[in-house]
Formats: sequence, C-alpha cells, structure tokens
Amino acid sequence: MKFKGYVRDNGKVGARNVVAVIPSVVCANDVAQAVVRQVQGTVGYFHHQGCCQLPPDLKRVTDTLISIGLSPNVGAVLIVSLGCEGTDHNRMFQEIAASGKPVEIIRIQELGGTSKAIQAGMDAAQSLVLKISSLQRKEVDISNVVMAIKCGGSDATSGMASNCVIGYVSDKLVDLDATVVFGETTEFIGAEHLLARRAVNETVGKKILDIVEQMENRALSVGCDMREGQPTPGNIAGGLSSIEEKSLGAIAKSGSRPIQGVLEYTERITDQKGLWIKDTPGREPEILTGMACTGAQFMCFSTGRGAPQGFPSMPVVKICGNPLTYEHMQHDMDINAGKIITGEKSIAQVGEETFAMILRVLNGEMTKNEALQYFGSIDIHVLGPVI
Amino acid sequence: MELKLGLKVHDADNVATIFAEGIEKGVEIEVRDQEGHAQTLTVLDAIPYGHKVAIEDIQKDTLIKKYGEEIGIASHDIVKGEHVHVHNLDSMRGRGDLKGGKK
Repeated sequence: MKFKGYVRDNGKVGARNVVAVIPSVVCANDVAQAVVRQVQGTVGYFHHQGCCQLPPDLKRVTDTLISIGLSPNVGAVLIVSLGCEGTDHNRMFQEIAASGKPVEIIRIQELGGTSKAIQAGMDAAQSLVLKISSLQRKEVDISNVVMAIKCGGSDATSGMASNCVIGYVSDKLVDLDATVVFGETTEFIGAEHLLARRAVNETVGKKILDIVEQMENRALSVGCDMREGQPTPGNIAGGLSSIEEKSLGAIAKSGSRPIQGVLEYTERITDQKGLWIKDTPGREPEILTGMACTGAQFMCFSTGRGAPQGFPSMPVVKICGNPLTYEHMQHDMDINAGKIITGEKSIAQVGEETFAMILRVLNGEMTKNEALQYFGSIDIHVLGPVI
Repeated sequence: MELKLGLKVHDADNVATIFAEGIEKGVEIEVRDQEGHAQTLTVLDAIPYGHKVAIEDIQKDTLIKKYGEEIGIASHDIVKGEHVHVHNLDSMRGRGDLKGGKK
C-alpha cells in the first residue's frame, strides 16, 4: 500500500510541507504571530514556555521545539528568538540545520526591536516558503507512516465506539509495518495492568507501570480527590464516573498489538516500528505537541463531547463516537462513529471508512480542523515550576 | 414504541450503559450483552444518555464492574435499576484526599 508524501533529506516522509515559525520563548510570540499572519504557507507554535524555569525543563522545551522543527511535515523552519531566554536557541538552529532542512533564526533584541524583527522575520519566512513551495509529492510505502492517537472530550460512547475504531486502524497500520504512538498516561490509571500484559517484555511492562505510578503520585501530592480534574466535569456529565472507567475506555484506541516500548515526551521516532507509548498528560495543548514531536504525519482523535482542536503541522482526524454530537457539530467532526452506537455500522466498517480517509489525508486532503485553522493554542508539558 | 437500549459490555459487569434519551423513572429498558442476549429492566431514576444503570443489586463497598474490570466501589447500597454515577460510585485511584492515596 502506498501514499504520496514529501520525502525529506533524512529519508522521513511528510504529508504536509509547511514553514514552521517557532518562537524559542513565550516572549517572542507576538513577532512570530505577525510573521505567520502575513506569510502564506507558514504555521506558528505559540507556546508559553522557555524562560525562568529549572534547567531540566529548559532542556525539555529546547528539545521539544527541535523535534517539532524536525517533523517531516515541516519543510523549513524560522526560529524567532528574543535573545535573553533560558532555552538554547543556538542549539535549536544547529540541530535542525544538521538535518539538511532550510532554517533561519532572527533575534528580536539584536535586530533592534519588534518592528525590525517582524520585517526581518517576514523576509526570512517568505524566502523559506518560496524555497520549499515547488517540492513535489512522491509515492512511498505506507510503512513510512507514523500515526499519533488520542481521545479528548470523552464520554461513555468513546470507549465503545470511536476508541474502538482507532484501535482497529492502529492494528491495521501495525500489521502494515507502520508506527503508531499513543499516550495520555493519566488515562492508563486503572487500566495499566491490561497494557503491561501487552508489553513485549518485562522491562517494558515495568516501565508502563512506573510512568502510571509517577503520574498518579503527581496527582496524589496535591492532597485531593483527582475526580473533576480527571475525569473532567465534561466526562462526568457524559456518564464517566471515575478515572478507572475513563481509562478502560481510553485504552481501546491502542488496539490489540504488542507494546514495543515507552518514549519520552520530546522523543522522535527514528526507525521504531509497531505500537509505542509516549509518556504524556491527557490535556490537548500539551499532548498534541508531544505527539507532533514523534514526527507523526497525522493524528486520529476520538471524541464524544466534541473536541474541536488540532495542531499547526499535524492534521487531526476527528472521530466522533456520540451520534448526537456528530449531528450537532458536523463541521468539526470528520468521521461518524456514532453509527456503531445506533447499531447501523460495525467497528470494522467505520474502521475501514477511517482508514480510507487517512490515506486521503496523507495524500493532502485537509481535515475539518485543519481547514478551520483551529490550532492557535498549543503548549509544552513541563514538569517543574515557573520560578 | 422506540427501543430504550442499555448495553452490558462484559459478562462480569454489574452495570450497563444507557444509549437512549428520555429515560425517566419507571421506564422499561432492554439491556443487551455482546452476544445479543437481552433482559428487560425498570429504571428507578431519570438516567441521562451515556450514564450507567445497576443491572443487579450492589451492596455498599462492593466493586462496580464495566468492561469486566473495576471502575470503582459502591459508596452506598445500590438497587437494580438505579442510576450509578459519582453519587454512589467512588473512584479508588488518584485519591489524594484519603490517607495512603488509594481506597
């Protein structure tokens, strides 16, 4: 099976070809936003990190932004630096340049302020867009695919319909020698024994139990009941009573294949195949960024309540398990898995429908949130405090 | 009459999930399992779409099961037909409010 993508110098294949405008720190967002507004073919990543944080988090933010720049859907990168931030903007530039990808950097303080930086940024972004705009798609094997998966705005239909559809697609892609990455460690709580049993070996099984324990301990350390934080009030209104119930439904989207290992938040897929876990929280702005770091060309996102958001350089396919929500929010939802709940279609039927759409999206068809550019709010998951 | 449907996911479950609107007290619903076997049940509360109903009596401190797995513990005695949710089901995980963190 094949799709047509943009083959990068490092052999990775993208399904999109955008210029990534990456602020190295929150303080550079306004300049980056002005550039993205003006220059067609660019996307921005307006996160809130990058300074006055502990060194492990500063490294994490730097590594995250490098991984986003190296994503195969990104054809070229413009780094927007303030100049005095805590992240290592020079390392960002060097590591992205080392991949052979065109990259430019502007520094607001060095250039003499906002207006001069916006001008320099626009000129640089325009050159980068022109440079990559003539690149043609080439036919490649489906095994080059890295699919990210997630559920958000879940309700009782998620675990019985839309997550099962993603599980079907996940198994199918793994069997085609592609790569699938799922996360949301919080939503393993109460279901981790089932995941650990699917680990390829004892070390991976123990690692799964360890990341869940760490995540639960973070919640416990606050000294309250986690309920209403997770599951959220929306999950609860949708019928999910506990994190255990939410988790047991959430893991359905990982399908049934063996779990090969656990990736760190900032980690990229190099040559790993099969099903992998990435240690992330459940909240959208942070997990979508973590998943984009893997180099996923797209994400399958299951919802019941109706979660509309996407990510700047990663098309997100919305699969809605709740038939009422699908009818109500059709302009945000790509696939109607509610037909499983009403008994009109099987999981396999909606799974095949989703797989067919995925192939079209890989070849360039836009998803609904992509067309709406519903991806202005992203963030990076940090572990320590702002100081 | 429109079918008022509840789904039981696993044989070991003591709750089913309602996928119908307008479930008021006294309404009769059909609860189906994965093999298509059905039982009828009279609900004792209004139950919103996607919420759970007890398909057997569940005593306080008994495990509540869905997908054949534990989703919590009964915080009160629950009778067959009752709405099962946060008011009578306690989570056993992420409980920083309890000493030791787990119920």
